[in-house]
Amino acid sequence: MNLRVLLLAVVTGSLPAQVSFDRILQANQEPQNWLTYSGTTMSQRHTPLTQITPQNVKNLEMQWMYQARSLEKFEATPLVVDGIMYTVQAPNDVMALDAVTGRLFWMYSYAPAVEARPCCGRVNRGLAILGDTLYMGTIDAHLLAIDAKNGKPLWNVQVAKPQSGYALTHAPLVVKDKVIVGTAGGEFGIRGYIAAYDAKTGREVWRFYTIPGPGEPGHETWQNDAWKTGGGSVWVTGSYDPDLNLTYWGIGNPGPDWNGDPRPGDNLYTDSVVALDADTGKLKWYYQFSPHDEFDYDSVQVPVLADMDWQGRARKVMLWANRNGLFYVLDRTTGQFLLGKPFVKVNWMDGFDEKGRPKRVAGKTPSAEGTQIFPGNQGGTNWYSPSYSARTGLFYIPSWVEYDSTYFKIPAEYKEGERYTAGAPRSTIGGSNAPGGPLTRLDEEGHGAVRAMDPKTGAMKWEFKMADVTDAGILTTDSDLLFTGGRDGYFFALDARNGELLWKVTIGGRAQNGPMSYSVSGKQYVAFAAGNSLFSYALK
Amino acid sequence: MRAVFFLGFVSAVSTLVAQHSFTPADVENGGRVYRGNCLNCHGPDGDFIPNVDFSHGKFLRAVTDDDIAQVIIHGIAGAGMPAHNFTQQQADLVVAYVRSLAMSAGHYSPAAGDKTRGKAIVESKGQCLTCHRISGNGSRVGPDLSDIGGFRRAGELAQSLVEPDAEIAPENRFFRVVMRNGTTFTAKLLNQDTFTMQFMNPNEQLVSLQKSDIREYTFLSKSPMPSYKDKLSSQELADVVSYLISLKGEDKP
Ligand code: HEC
Ligand code: HEC
Repeated sequence: MNLRVLLLAVVTGSLPAQVSFDRILQANQEPQNWLTYSGTTMSQRHTPLTQITPQNVKNLEMQWMYQARSLEKFEATPLVVDGIMYTVQAPNDVMALDAVTGRLFWMYSYAPAVEARPCCGRVNRGLAILGDTLYMGTIDAHLLAIDAKNGKPLWNVQVAKPQSGYALTHAPLVVKDKVIVGTAGGEFGIRGYIAAYDAKTGREVWRFYTIPGPGEPGHETWQNDAWKTGGGSVWVTGSYDPDLNLTYWGIGNPGPDWNGDPRPGDNLYTDSVVALDADTGKLKWYYQFSPHDEFDYDSVQVPVLADMDWQGRARKVMLWANRNGLFYVLDRTTGQFLLGKPFVKVNWMDGFDEKGRPKRVAGKTPSAEGTQIFPGNQGGTNWYSPSYSARTGLFYIPSWVEYDSTYFKIPAEYKEGERYTAGAPRSTIGGSNAPGGPLTRLDEEGHGAVRAMDPKTGAMKWEFKMADVTDAGILTTDSDLLFTGGRDGYFFALDARNGELLWKVTIGGRAQNGPMSYSVSGKQYVAFAAGNSLFSYALK
Repeated sequence: MRAVFFLGFVSAVSTLVAQHSFTPADVENGGRVYRGNCLNCHGPDGDFIPNVDFSHGKFLRAVTDDDIAQVIIHGIAGAGMPAHNFTQQQADLVVAYVRSLAMSAGHYSPAAGDKTRGKAIVESKGQCLTCHRISGNGSRVGPDLSDIGGFRRAGELAQSLVEPDAEIAPENRFFRVVMRNGTTFTAKLLNQDTFTMQFMNPNEQLVSLQKSDIREYTFLSKSPMPSYKDKLSSQELADVVSYLISLKGEDKP
């Protein structure tokens, strides 16, 4: 074979096949690729790749850096398909990059309508892919299909009205022939929903309201017209179990955020996880983490699915570290509450009843003069992806430790499209939009950590402390590495077994997306964003 | 030791609530804007306008943080409150500061002091400049007092003099540091991250250290500043407060 023929063969051999849904379900069979937001539909953010090990991780070096032309937080987790990286530059620029060099193949810039008003930054957390088509939700609440080869838009549907405060910020989830998204807007008195769209045409196939309407079960947890402005936003990608054909989604806070007076009752399905039939959107079960929430404890965490031995029998479980400061294990077939324990300091509840309903502590409620609550408004954790490693059996949480807010409540009146929050939590620690500055906080005033939990007991196995809090997700590997970063501008690798620091790099900006891993031509990369840039590292 | 406004702040307006809080630094920045734009009409305590008193949370109409931000940006036509060409974010910082006034220490009516005598005490008997700097003179180890009258109220300043430990602002924290090799020193913490710490030492040197080289570091909850309760008479204290209140940092750009 002469060289040209050989080259041709290599090129044809690597011609990307379409990303079928089977490939997505079997994503662990092709660890060189990262086909969905959390790696697989089980959402463990764990890679089977093992080239980078605890022994050689110190030899990592930067392969490329992509500097975004956007000063917004870089929250997207990239997808990688056969050497091509697909990601989003905020707010809604879709990009295809060479995963080896970071060079741009194409960019499609979507201009969101001026009415777009996402609460907390003009952010986007990534894409979904099916076949040759990429899917993106936009901050003006549209869902777009884009040709993965050339960035040409294929269809564009309006999911909700941006004028009323709706936005789409999370990466869509593909299940079979559908694309599933949910609406953000919990600070604007929206009535949230999750909807599935035909991947080919963009036609809506089903819709599940996170706030049940009159006649629907759960509606009795609302009074008067409060359900119409009840919130229940969705802003982090869900998961899917193919055996049960259930898709799981975490639901955000009730509206108004910090004053429960206008909305007596439990306020279902805010601050809950819902399990929906993936074909019909019908509710199979739910579990509410924070009934009648007054602390903005969105349950918008990634539902991490794991199959493990649970008290002597194999069980399909769901692992969940909630913004409310508690770590949970649920049976994901039935929604049964198996375990709940604080993973950081919690003072708003002090135990569970036998069904897993938290017992509220009297007096721990927002007030005119201010009430100190642990964890504070950003939560014990938040949307930052956790990771589960079946090898270590540990669940890893980006945690805010010793963190509190003082909650003030004030009256609020709903006006369409305006903020509807009715309060003001204050804390020594700012949210992810807070500008940086010198850090002179004492440890006991709040700091960040990676906390490694044993799901079987809810006990913490180890922790890695950070000086500042963290907005970064966590990736683990089959070589027992853990990658994450923090607000103070480091990206680092720990030994997933014991938390020992193995490697670190000063990256300057805050790390605020979930790291991921891929490989091209046999070389493993770890990619993450920090500040306004996207970085890819590999061994020297 | 001032009445520290410790708490950051999420205003309802604030751009971006559920994920947004203000830090003490925001409040400080808001205070700077306030001093530049609002102080003349509203006063340091925010109580110069009848029936409007920021330090007691008293407003004519505004209820929410959003209302206040709107008033700041658009003004109140015909009522003497001008519009301001601020971004939403700047307005939010000012709101954070306005709210902070109501949360800081209570009131104190300073006895009539003489600021000229106060200046003399600060520069000689009180030896304040061995630790503090005023208009370019003195040490940088303690906080610069050149514009202290612009953002601390008389009651807070009086408390600072007699009870320096009562509250120590986060940016004025001193640590005792013991290095692995046994060297020990006391220095002001300027910044830190997971792996390093930055200090100003007593010789005004900026020192950056790896935490791995430090054996232990302890926050000194006792202020390096002595109490002047028994060192100065109450008249002298009033004189010093009058002088400090007059320091507005006008000569700054
Ligand atoms: C030995 C050093 C020392 C001396 C002498 C000293 N101070 Fe201080 N002072 C400090 C330090 C350090 C702080 C900051 C820590 C704290 O708040 O206690 C401080 C804080 C202050 C503050 C509060 C600043 C703020 O931002 O709220 C004031 C006001 C003040 N000093 C005034 C004086 C005056 C007036 C004198 C003289 C009568 C004086 N100090 C003498 C060290 C000193
Ligand atoms: C030229 C003088 C002037 C300046 C400068 C000024 N204000 Fe005012 N402000 C007023 C007056 C007068 C009122 C009372 C108006 C009224 O009667 O409703 C007022 C009212 C207010 C109110 C009260 C609204 C209410 O419902 O009670 C707030 C808050 C306020 N000002 C904030 C500010 C801030 C913050 C700044 C600086 C960015 C500022 N003002 C600058 C004169 C001023």
